[in-house]
Amino acid sequence: MSEIILTPKEQPTVPLEAANIRPDVFAGKTLDEIKELDIMYGNAIVKLGEFFEVAGESSELPKITIDGDVYNTKRIGQGMTDGEIHIKGNVNKYVGLEMKGGIITVEGDADAWAGQDMEGGELVIMGNAGDYVGSAYRGDWRGMSGGLITVHGNVGNEIAEYMGGGKIVVKGNVNTMPGIHMNSGVLIIEGNVVARTGGEMAGGTIVVKGVIEEFLPGFKYLGVEKNIEVEGEVIPGAFYKFEGDLAIKGAKGTIYAAVAGNGHIAP
Amino acid sequence: MELVKNVVCPFCGTLCDDIICKVENDEIVGTYNACRIGHSKFVHAEGAMRWKTPMIRQGDEFVETTYDDAIEKAAQVIAGSKKPLMYGWSCTDCEAQAVGVELAEVSKAVVDNTASVCHGPSVLALQDTGYPICTFGEVKNRADVIIYWGCNPFHAHPRHMSRHVYGRGFFRERGRSDRTVVVVDPRESDSSKLADIHLKLDFNKDYELVDAIRTVMAGHEILYDEVAGISRETIEEVVDALKNAQFGCLFFGMGITHSRGKHRNIDTAIQLVQDLNNFSKWTLIPMRGHYNVTGFNQVCTWETGYPFCVDFADGTPRYNPGETGSNDVLQSNETDSMMVIASDPGAHFPQKALHRMAEIPVIAIEPHKTPTTELADIIIPPAIVGMEAAGSAYRMEGVPIRMRKVVNSDLLSDKQILERLLVRVKELKASK
Repeated sequence: MSEIILTPKEQPTVPLEAANIRPDVFAGKTLDEIKELDIMYGNAIVKLGEFFEVAGESSELPKITIDGDVYNTKRIGQGMTDGEIHIKGNVNKYVGLEMKGGIITVEGDADAWAGQDMEGGELVIMGNAGDYVGSAYRGDWRGMSGGLITVHGNVGNEIAEYMGGGKIVVKGNVNTMPGIHMNSGVLIIEGNVVARTGGEMAGGTIVVKGVIEEFLPGFKYLGVEKNIEVEGEVIPGAFYKFEGDLAIKGAKGTIYAAVAGNGHIAP
Repeated sequence: MELVKNVVCPFCGTLCDDIICKVENDEIVGTYNACRIGHSKFVHAEGAMRWKTPMIRQGDEFVETTYDDAIEKAAQVIAGSKKPLMYGWSCTDCEAQAVGVELAEVSKAVVDNTASVCHGPSVLALQDTGYPICTFGEVKNRADVIIYWGCNPFHAHPRHMSRHVYGRGFFRERGRSDRTVVVVDPRESDSSKLADIHLKLDFNKDYELVDAIRTVMAGHEILYDEVAGISRETIEEVVDALKNAQFGCLFFGMGITHSRGKHRNIDTAIQLVQDLNNFSKWTLIPMRGHYNVTGFNQVCTWETGYPFCVDFADGTPRYNPGETGSNDVLQSNETDSMMVIASDPGAHFPQKALHRMAEIPVIAIEPHKTPTTELADIIIPPAIVGMEAAGSAYRMEGVPIRMRKVVNSDLLSDKQILERLLVRVKELKASK
């Protein structure tokens, strides 16, 4: 597969918004045409070539490699449907926003709203991610509906907000309110959670392998289950099973919390 | 001495409209009916210093200048910025705010009001879940159960309780003794001393307590014997009291909007009120601070579709508090100039935001000497709405009230300043 390499020049203090950096937009374009694509710099529209060196070979669906740190560039891969983006540094907000297919890999950290309203494809963040991973647009009650997000580091608050499908795996720790208002889908947390796991959830499944510091009172305790099966995958170990959040009418969400370390939340 | 009646107080969101001002030589020298805070605003508390002319910073000093010069320099700063921020708006009238939103659109700026550091979480939550609100008149005439959650009206909105709890209403002829008052606050406060029930919950546990109340109300057992420091029995008693109300109203303040969880606390509290309507009539009112903070959210919504934190960078309104809020763009160093109007972020913003304010050009449209004007490069003093200029404002529950002009002033109003700024920014943008 041919590859387009974008090498960031200096990142400005006022951030860039580069929704045009996606393989299906680069498809079939020459290097010069790619340099002429619009990106936003504050409230001005500038050319991609002003902030990135463009090299490589164009093709029908090139792999995009960003060879450097784009900590002040937002919206990379917004709405992409196919192809691959590999970012060798950090990235700002909204990476993989409204993504429908393809794969994005971030070697560094991602800021908030990674994979917001994601519909398909795969987003891998090797470092930490900010708040609202796989969340909904502000005020919407329909969030992520498909695809897979994997974060190898820690994440912030309100991840999987209003989640309606797909899967999120967090290898590190989570701050408050993972799976808030979750309706469907799977959230697997391998580290610890501070508080309010599954607040106001109506459906879906949350598995916490680490320690939940504080748990909500609105859940019903259903006992201990061993080697649980979540959407065809067997997760070994013993888990406390809860159903809720019963503050919501007709709620049927499931939370599994590892027996090891979570004795304090079982009644 | 002349008495001017039916004056509206330009201080808090209670927007008391029965103030009488004592006027001597075109100056307000005293008031009747106002609380101590409102009175201080009318008569200019001791130590307050008014700007009499526009000022420009030269080195470490401010030098006097004309309106024309200050507005020209301000327009140049705004038109030359990549991401200007226009913040404040809550102590001026809706007419000025409407011009301000147009100025933000023309300048491709971020426009945000003080809600983003007070009831912004409430605004976010009501977009998620709804807004079962009523007017003060209904509270006074009908309410028999009143909750104050995370607020201390005795000090922050001093006439709130006397007008709506102690006041006699059509169906509450005995006033206070016809009502049950519940205060939810981790601390003893002067408001909690007046309550029938004081739920002294643990800090940062508002969400957990509402979750428990809603679960019990839905007919389920809660998981633990004690939630947020409140026993299961007390929670059950409170649920009974709330369900048996004839007309209830939940007033809520910073104690719940800015404890852990922020807008999610309000989200679940609003749904608590919705759940309560399965048993009885319940409403809620946020305890808004500045007298016209609600007005900006109304104006901005009808102009742009969004209530605050609106980013016009690409020419269309975009909205995402957390990214487009004033503190977000300041703390991430995204903004490169700031116009402050009718508020004092210099006194209230976190230090990291002030660091950025100190680095970038700051324009302050502000009548008094404040920490913000100390950071400013251009100061443009306006006449004060509600005292020296007339205008419209929205009370905390969304009732629009016309503010009166009581005395004369040589200064331009906020609206006039913004209109002149708008004309000049349009010219500069067109010439680019």
